[in-house]
Amino acid sequence: MFNNKVYHKIDALSGSIATLRAEGVKYGEVAEVESRAGTSLAQVIKLDGPNVTLQIFAGARGVDTAAKVRFLGETMKIPFSQDLLGRAFTGAGVPRDGGPAITENPSPIGQPSVNPARRIMPHRMVKTNIPMIDLFNSLVVSQKLPIFARAGEPYNELLARIALQADSDVIIIGGMGLKYDEYLKFRSTLDKSGALAKTVMFVHTAADPTVECMLVPDVSLAVAEKFALEGKDVLVLLTDMTSFADAMKEIAITMEQIPSNRGYPGDLYSQLASRYEKAVDFDGAGSITILAVTTMPGDDVTHPVPDNTGYITEGQFYLRNGRIEPFGSLSRLKQQVNKGNPNDPDNKTRKDHRTIMDAMIKLYAQYKETIEKQSMGFRMSDWDQKLLKYGALFEKEMMDLSVNIDLIDALDLGWKILAECFDRGEVGIPSKMTDEFWPKN
Amino acid sequence: MTTTGKIVTVNGNMITVAFDGAVAQNEVGYAVLGGKRLMAEIVRVRGRRCDMQVFEATTDLMVDDTVEFTGELLAAELGPGMLAQVYDGLQNPLAELAKEAAKISKDAGYFLQRGMYLPGLPRDRKWDFHPTAKVGERVSAGEAVGWVSEGIFDNKTMPGHKIMVPFALKGVYTIKSLAPAGDYTVTEDIATLTDANGNDVKMQMMQRWPVKVPIKCFTERLEPTETLETTVRTIDTFFPVAVGGTYCIPGPFGAGKTVLSQTTARYSKVDIVISAACGERAGEVVETLKEFPEITDPKTGQSLMKRTIIICNTSSMPVASREASVYTAVTLAEYFRQQGLNVLVLADSTSRWAQAMRELSGRLEEIPGEEAFPAYLESRIAAFYERAGRVRLKDGSTGSVTIGGTVSPAGGNFDEPVTQATLKVVGGFHGLSRARSDARRYPAIDPLDSWSHYNSVIEQAKVEKARAILRKGNEVGQMMKVVGEEGTSLADFTTYLKAEFLDAVYLQQNAFSESDATTPVERQKVMFDVVEKALLTEYAISEKPAMRKFFMDLQQTFIDWNDKKFRSDEFNAIQTTLVKKIEEAAHV
Ligand SMILES: Nc1ncnc2c1ncn2[C@@H]1O[C@H](COP(=O)(O)OP(=O)(O)OP(=O)(O)O)[C@@H](O)[C@H]1O
Ligand SMILES: [Mg+2]
Repeated sequence: MFNNKVYHKIDALSGSIATLRAEGVKYGEVAEVESRAGTSLAQVIKLDGPNVTLQIFAGARGVDTAAKVRFLGETMKIPFSQDLLGRAFTGAGVPRDGGPAITENPSPIGQPSVNPARRIMPHRMVKTNIPMIDLFNSLVVSQKLPIFARAGEPYNELLARIALQADSDVIIIGGMGLKYDEYLKFRSTLDKSGALAKTVMFVHTAADPTVECMLVPDVSLAVAEKFALEGKDVLVLLTDMTSFADAMKEIAITMEQIPSNRGYPGDLYSQLASRYEKAVDFDGAGSITILAVTTMPGDDVTHPVPDNTGYITEGQFYLRNGRIEPFGSLSRLKQQVNKGNPNDPDNKTRKDHRTIMDAMIKLYAQYKETIEKQSMGFRMSDWDQKLLKYGALFEKEMMDLSVNIDLIDALDLGWKILAECFDRGEVGIPSKMTDEFWPKN
Repeated sequence: MTTTGKIVTVNGNMITVAFDGAVAQNEVGYAVLGGKRLMAEIVRVRGRRCDMQVFEATTDLMVDDTVEFTGELLAAELGPGMLAQVYDGLQNPLAELAKEAAKISKDAGYFLQRGMYLPGLPRDRKWDFHPTAKVGERVSAGEAVGWVSEGIFDNKTMPGHKIMVPFALKGVYTIKSLAPAGDYTVTEDIATLTDANGNDVKMQMMQRWPVKVPIKCFTERLEPTETLETTVRTIDTFFPVAVGGTYCIPGPFGAGKTVLSQTTARYSKVDIVISAACGERAGEVVETLKEFPEITDPKTGQSLMKRTIIICNTSSMPVASREASVYTAVTLAEYFRQQGLNVLVLADSTSRWAQAMRELSGRLEEIPGEEAFPAYLESRIAAFYERAGRVRLKDGSTGSVTIGGTVSPAGGNFDEPVTQATLKVVGGFHGLSRARSDARRYPAIDPLDSWSHYNSVIEQAKVEKARAILRKGNEVGQMMKVVGEEGTSLADFTTYLKAEFLDAVYLQQNAFSESDATTPVERQKVMFDVVEKALLTEYAISEKPAMRKFFMDLQQTFIDWNDKKFRSDEFNAIQTTLVKKIEEAAHV
């Protein structure tokens, strides 16, 4: 079935898309396009009778109509071996660290989805020592969770901090539209802490071809899947998924697809979902946890990219002014790990966890209302005064990202803050809990 | 003679096929790919070519590859063996698929294998058939000839699983022969029926039905007047659902649509729940999958899974079968309705189904409507909800299908095509609000915007009074933002506190607290009486801080009350305390 026929005549070129007449071509197969612009891989994205549409990974710039096109008879593959660890590649899998190319074990990317019947319930907490995460929105092994932030927020620092704190076996970094400096910074941060040796990087920088940006999540996740099937707990960091979506938009527009919302293709949801859904805890093997960054154009969460992402992921962390906002931030898997049942072998917390979590957030919401009233110049009641004191303490001792404490200490701190500001009857906590945990003095 | 064809174009999951012979709209065909056959459905016919949506990735297909048509529409298998199953959108049993795939290799067992299909009903399993009809009796489609015992449908606590004359048979038949009591598989003949012209038809326990066509073997449709008990207080009291009714839950991401659906699946007083996880997260299905078998259904004393079927076509599974999945779900529901049962279908999320239609429409290059959705979006949504209803069956009994669908509007803005089209056709609207979910006021059903046309479990006049206080309290709250607490009269301030109280102790309900997650109607009535008393009492408290303190204390006691087992000594004691607290503070 191998079709190694070579063609020399391209009929149409536009954006990164080329059309030519060819025979015996499979949908989705990869071709090599050689022209004076250099050699690039390309993928078949449409078959229409004798006409074959190709998406050229390096873009069509400089590709001439007489370019040499050779069909390879198989879909896009990425090599897999332990030698990937410690290395950095482009979205197309070419080394970008000067090291040797890796060719072993080529495995297809974008494989079918996991059978839901072979997943297990997420149940292992990832401790980050960040109270806004551990206490209020616990991260869980196999979770898929983005950081929503405006450009300029320290999201990559936060990613790196969590990656170093979490004890995963393998870290995979998928960079999309990353600035070169940021790539170097990731490298040096991981290097300093000795984590580089368990890290693989697939990086598309802002200067690289658009199509390569689109490949980054698939390539990263295909490699992650291989490690996970070997029993490894893999943490995948994808930054920035908005660049990925924009790459998709660019290509959809050159393909003259009808956009659904602000130029994005109608299948944006499905496209993002098929990547994020690779997060998994395998029944009888390892796991994939995905932490991503979604920058919000115009700081607008209703923009199609964060909006569709929110509908796919298992919560999100809002990073605003360098802090994880309690409102809007959500870990949907937290209830799997914050029961605090001492008989649970995976238990890493205490039985007052949920109580403190709920009570503190409800009070913080009331504090926000009081702030609003205060800003309108209204008199502050006794209750308002209490809330004001509480809000200030909460922001300083819990929300500040420099706080680095263990979860159990964070729980104690929570009770302490409550007791400093309120009477026990005012915090909306059932008496049986306050009886046990309310600080005595 | 089956029709065959050759692939002309491949574009994503859409192929165009040139065929000989005859084909039908929505007919199923298989694209042949080496040893695999990829299932597809005809979505448009033009001359000698048809467009087909493929229920799998189309990778490796080539121009001129063969397509074999089946002559059949996309259909579900109906009969014993569906309960407690977890199916994909095309009714493939997922656990069986995993076993089958694991035969290829250990790793392969983790993934859905392209072109692997298994029957919806187990073929080897035998069921104990009990004939109830007699030879010579005249029967028609949908009438029972016997029953088998399946799980909770054992003819003891619940009726047996009825074996019915195939719905597709038209006219009246005479039973020529009927199998004696004994064990049979779903494909063995159990009866021979003779039509008016003397032609014999053999029937089996299994029948097939095209999923996109409603089953209509009933004598009349009845008005949905009875309340469906969800045990969610806000719903049953303020925004009720009716047995055989329809409702929708639109809300921005993370507002609680799925949790609310799962709670309803768990605690609703219905006979069967069919959960369609449509284009959403696989993890959420796993939760149901692993938890339900462990939960005891109070009604039958058996595992909750025994009354549940999950249709699971999650977001990374092929889009075309996502489109089919909601139809599969409602077809299975109609089958059980024909048994005289009350069935609840929960579709999460109908927006993903609508998006699947949009993707398909885009590939067909149809003229797009608003937000690129196809022009027929509204009529498809209407037709789907129209399959709900309470009906009188031929034997005089009644059965029902209730449909609840979540909607995931872009940007959380309800002013978009799917939400709007849905609101036109449903009987209840449970709108979730971002403000409420941010403030952790779950379930985040907006108590002012939501509505329902159905009957509450509480006397309507009482509910209206409570609603009026909510509304007024909200107005006062808004006003207070402008004029402050000092600019608000004590009376208004009290109304505000009353509304907040009602919200805190009654509307809000923690789905993750064992004691609070479910409030059966009997308990709702007791609770509502106390709440009502607190709302309608005029208090002899003359200062705002004291008033606030009073309500906080009342709220605290009430929250403790919610924690207690219904009618336990503690429960009764706190009830007395609450009433006393209210009465002591009242004007005399
Ligand atoms: N009744 C409830 N009680 C307590 N917590 C709740 C409740 N409802 C929702 N939550 C919280 O909100 C989170 C999100 O809820 P859910 O997954 O149901 O949202 P959703 O509306 O289905 O979102 P999406 O559209 O993205 O699927 C839950 O994980 C849980 O933490
Ligand atoms: Mg949901």
